[in-house]
Amino acid sequence: MTFRASHLLGIEHLAPDEITAVLDLADTYVALNRSDAKHSDALAGLTQINMFFESSTRTQASFELAGKRLGADVMSMQMQASSIRKGETLIDTALTLNAMRPDLLVVRHPHSGAVDLLAQKVNCAVLNAGDGRHEHPTQALLDALTIRRAKGRLHRLTVAICGDIAHSRVARSNILLLGKMEARIRLVGPPTLMPAGIADWGVEVTDDMAKGLAGADVVMMLRLQRERMDGAFIPSEREYYHRFGLDARKLAHAAPDAIVMHPGPMNRGVEIDGTLADDINRSVIQEQVEMGVAVRMAAMDLLARNLQAARAA
Amino acid sequence: MRPLLFTDARLVDPERGEERRGQLLVRGGLIAEPGPADDAVRFDCGGLCLAPGIVDLGVKVSEPGERHKESFRSAGRAAAAGGVTTMVTRPDTLPAIDTPEVLEFVTRRARDEAAVRVAPMAALTRGRQGREMTEIAFLRDAGAVAFTDADAVVTDPKVFVRCLTYARALGALVVGHAQDPGLSAGASATSGKFAALRGLAAVSPMAERIGLERDLALVEMAAARYHADQVTTAAALPALERAKAAGLDVTAGVSIHHLTLNEFDVGGYRTFFKVKPPLRSEDDRQAVVEAVASGLIDVISSMHTPQDEESKRLPYDEAASGAVALQTLLPAAMRLHHAGDLDLPTLWRAMSLNPARRLGLPGGRLAPGTPADLVLFDPDAPFVLDRFTLLSKSKNTPFDGARMQGRVMSTWVGGERVFGGTGSGDALAPG
Repeated sequence: MTFRASHLLGIEHLAPDEITAVLDLADTYVALNRSDAKHSDALAGLTQINMFFESSTRTQASFELAGKRLGADVMSMQMQASSIRKGETLIDTALTLNAMRPDLLVVRHPHSGAVDLLAQKVNCAVLNAGDGRHEHPTQALLDALTIRRAKGRLHRLTVAICGDIAHSRVARSNILLLGKMEARIRLVGPPTLMPAGIADWGVEVTDDMAKGLAGADVVMMLRLQRERMDGAFIPSEREYYHRFGLDARKLAHAAPDAIVMHPGPMNRGVEIDGTLADDINRSVIQEQVEMGVAVRMAAMDLLARNLQAARAA
Repeated sequence: MRPLLFTDARLVDPERGEERRGQLLVRGGLIAEPGPADDAVRFDCGGLCLAPGIVDLGVKVSEPGERHKESFRSAGRAAAAGGVTTMVTRPDTLPAIDTPEVLEFVTRRARDEAAVRVAPMAALTRGRQGREMTEIAFLRDAGAVAFTDADAVVTDPKVFVRCLTYARALGALVVGHAQDPGLSAGASATSGKFAALRGLAAVSPMAERIGLERDLALVEMAAARYHADQVTTAAALPALERAKAAGLDVTAGVSIHHLTLNEFDVGGYRTFFKVKPPLRSEDDRQAVVEAVASGLIDVISSMHTPQDEESKRLPYDEAASGAVALQTLLPAAMRLHHAGDLDLPTLWRAMSLNPARRLGLPGGRLAPGTPADLVLFDPDAPFVLDRFTLLSKSKNTPFDGARMQGRVMSTWVGGERVFGGTGSGDALAPG
């Protein structure tokens, strides 16, 4: 058993062999999901609660489906609409749900560190489904699985992550994971969307797509939030697309077999050309969604095993 | 009251910049010239350190408005147990201390409840809103020792320079918070690798330099007396140095937290480490320690800011800022002493002598004729801090569970013992 963690709060806390363990198990769940049955009982009898304090469609659906395919009792709660409105604190909400004896708690929250805080207060396994600008570990794991299946490995690949790095938890988790797996990372984007101190991260940074994409094996595009496009961080949508939007011309700088990724939801014509996003020879965006379910099944399965082992001890 | 003779003391004398073994005679609540003292009560210090009581510039007592966080009684007890003999209190209460009437309430509460001296500061602008100046002359006459909007920056330079000019004519000291409010809005960490990794809203250290440079330019315009409450970054120090070299009437302080902790101490979003301005890089910490050693930074204070548990049990960006420190100021300062960064006379220059001088208070020294406000401490005694033993009503200290060295044994205010001795609880270090 190489997966030792009791929560999945971030990639920061995972060792490379734990990451590999998740990906290996996820591979078997990809096969299961492609079979007719699509069902296992790894989580049978366990209760999974999804608490989303921030709106989400795909991540929540993916976690819900992952739990159901493994036989868990799954409940999804839209926390914006619930007791938070009545002034209840995060910790009280967590304690209330904890009293219902869940085994797996999937949490998304708009504030960095909120999921860590919550994990200290409950006695079940907590999965971070995205906290503020901090981490989104299952996204990084599903990206890694997608890359590994397309390229056969993670180490010694050149991965270009492009766009709004500063505000992206997806970028943080991916930088951490790919760094641990010994990939070469390039960050490409306007300097206003780069976090301070980025030079210390052991990554290459550029604001030139041609340089950033040169010879890259993987091109990972990030979503640009609408509220960043109003002149505060970049002058306009069209200037951004001209300089940083991925199209066939810019992609030509990458390796001939480079894959194109995007965590979704996409802004077609802002950060990525619509035709390119749909090009099944280059884009693995749909596959990322598929891998998402498998990776979440694997992560919850492994956490549940550790939880049950800890309870038995 | 009979005279009091301290014997076998290791006297810490910031004024003469020395430590010496000897005796200290107290007569009528004042330090007296050495001389015959056959009638004196003798107090054997047993070779421990006897220093002027700490004059703590920037204490928040949460009266009026939030007495559940801290009252004059609880703050006074914490101060006495921490060797603080004068609390220079901040006006960032609810409501702000911005009228003579509110100030009168504060001085009455302080007189009735606090075990140590209280020297209140008053707001510089009404409601600390940065729009209209307060009645500076009335407030001064009612006992305000300085004027400040605490951490609310007076953003409009025209308003600020008028306040400075008006205060100057009255000889009043203005205490500013050097920070560019635009850059620092919403930030809870210092920008850099750590904040980026944690995904926290961050402010560049340059915001402090911009704020300080602006304030100093306006101080030069108005020829005013100015003290920057906290200078915490290397980038701001040259501006301070230039202003002093140019002869401006300027001083600066720093909190004990910025001298002994850095941004990495926040670790996994520990909100007790959230202070204002946010903790800095280790390079900055070292630079400000050196600036205290050289005298460029004049004052070390606790920036004591009580917060209740609820306001800290929140995600980091949402949690309240501030830490209690009246009782931990001295032991934390001993870290700097034991690390060889600052010797005891230098520490007491910054904790007692300089703040007293700057505010025109008589204490902070061992000179004959000054009030016998004294602290007796063992600089070496080790202990592990348990925050629930603190005497403040609020327990939000970043030093919970920390190994510390330096224990206050007794505290005297005007020759009267306010902490230590038989019957009084030794809260910090049992055994």
